[in-house]
Amino acid sequence: MSAPARHTALRAYLPPAFGLAVLVGFFVAVEIMIQGGILNRFIVPPPSEIIGSFGRVIVEEHIFSRFMLTLGECLSAGVMLTVFGVAGGVLMHRFKLLQQACETWVAAMASAPIVLMYPLFMVIFGRSSLTIVMIGFIAALPPVILKTIEGLSGTRKVLINVGKSFNLTRSQQFWKILFPAALPTIFVGIRLGLIFALINIVGVEFLINYGGLGQLINDLAERYDLAGTYAAICFVILVSVLFFMTLEKVERWLRPAD
Amino acid sequence: MSADASARRSDPILVADDIYVRFDTPEGGVVAVDHMSFDVNPGEFVSVIGPSGCGKSTLFNVIGGLLTSHQGIVSVAGETISGPHQSIGMVFQEESTFPWRTVIDNVAFPLELTGMPKQKRVDRARHFIKLVGLDGFESRYPGELSGGMRQRVSLARTLASEPKILLMDEPFAALDEQTRLLLGDKVLQIQQQLKQTTLLITHNITEAVQMSDRILVMTYRPGKMKRIVNIDLPRPRTSEIVGSEAFGRYVAQIWADLREEASRGMRDQEDHVLHHEAPAS
Ligand SMILES: Nc1ncnc2c1ncn2[C@@H]1O[C@H](COP(=O)(O)OP(=O)(O)OP(=O)(O)O)[C@@H](O)[C@H]1O
Ligand SMILES: [Mg+2]
Repeated sequence: MSAPARHTALRAYLPPAFGLAVLVGFFVAVEIMIQGGILNRFIVPPPSEIIGSFGRVIVEEHIFSRFMLTLGECLSAGVMLTVFGVAGGVLMHRFKLLQQACETWVAAMASAPIVLMYPLFMVIFGRSSLTIVMIGFIAALPPVILKTIEGLSGTRKVLINVGKSFNLTRSQQFWKILFPAALPTIFVGIRLGLIFALINIVGVEFLINYGGLGQLINDLAERYDLAGTYAAICFVILVSVLFFMTLEKVERWLRPAD
Repeated sequence: MSADASARRSDPILVADDIYVRFDTPEGGVVAVDHMSFDVNPGEFVSVIGPSGCGKSTLFNVIGGLLTSHQGIVSVAGETISGPHQSIGMVFQEESTFPWRTVIDNVAFPLELTGMPKQKRVDRARHFIKLVGLDGFESRYPGELSGGMRQRVSLARTLASEPKILLMDEPFAALDEQTRLLLGDKVLQIQQQLKQTTLLITHNITEAVQMSDRILVMTYRPGKMKRIVNIDLPRPRTSEIVGSEAFGRYVAQIWADLREEASRGMRDQEDHVLHHEAPAS
């Protein structure tokens, strides 16, 4: 291995290695503070105990079936998001009046804590997976709509002119130029939407004590199984990170070089 | 009446009659094209030359039917046009390949619109890719190509629609001098081979003289016709002709015309800048 090659290899591994080291360092520090009595172990369980309870939580609490449930809810919300979010964005781009009328409050909705409306959803859909999916869907809709509009109206003028110069009809202009040009931005919207959906779905599961990973955290907390609760939270974080990374991979795979 | 009217050999394929375009901007109206008239014969190579901002692209958009807020008439083979016309193909000044399509799919785009069967489409597209010298790059995406290669993709895409009239708006403006010369040769070769009626917009004098049968020189604001120059140099013209004496004379003549306009343009812009920055300083 030559010196420059080693240098680039180092460059590639250094940031993640450093990130991991910071994380480990943080846990070690927490551990030391708990052992030294600075932190109360009945509020924050020692990291070693959390790691120890991972196996128990995975086996005894059926974490994988819970995970599949949450994932299923997430993907259902994702399908709805893609269909209705993109369609909404397209309509708003197509009819400027609609855009002028709605864009601001769609944007406002993006920053509103929709989860808190769960009682309303419970009244409509009952204490069921449907409620959870619907909240995930509604909460994640704004980024998909907004990114779709952004992508469509961001299409370079010259590409639209190319379409015109080839005498494209209105629908050809949309399907052959505007939509493919907007697709990368729409993907970003869908990825953001799915992440919003995951966060909200776990949150609602926790709040209404129903379903997958969110309910597990609620259960463990009510049993005052602190180490288990934190282990479950770690698991959710891990799932989110993996989910995020997978989405990025899928997105890169779906769009060719540009 | 323009000076070359008597020199018409056949019925013109393109006629621009008294084109006038005015843009309304917050700082007042800008006349981009001021009553320009000219015509182009079948198979002819005509260049439009003028300083930056004189209205070349605007004229190009009018002829291509992309701009409809103009006065005057554009007609193709005797038919007045009121929008994009299928016998006019355009190559734009900006990079205009579709980044989501491979080279071959970019070039096959106009063929796809005609509903040509896939295999035939691919064969036709290959033919034009070869013509612009991009064989071997069929399955690449534009993002993987250089700027000059992308412009050739745009050119091939427009050629694939087999337009009767090819409009090119400074297609090689963003390229370095060497690439630009090589591509110029390529375009000329294709133009001669296909007997393609071509209208090239440029601000490069050498390029214009080397390629054209006629050059329309435009003035700076308002964009008027300053002069029409017939280039009587023998063909085929390769890059070597650039060194000849006759070539030099044409360049000098057009350069003199343009220098006047360009310096007027610079002065105009300086005044503009000074005028607008005065209160701030
Ligand atoms: N859509 C528009 N709205 C307002 N003014 C415009 C518009 N398009 C062009 N202009 C103005 O019209 C004039 C001519 O523009 P045009 O793009 O035709 O110039 P050009 O000769 O192609 O210049 P260049 O060589 O730099 O490409 C410029 O002064 C420009 O500011
Ligand atoms: Mg221009």
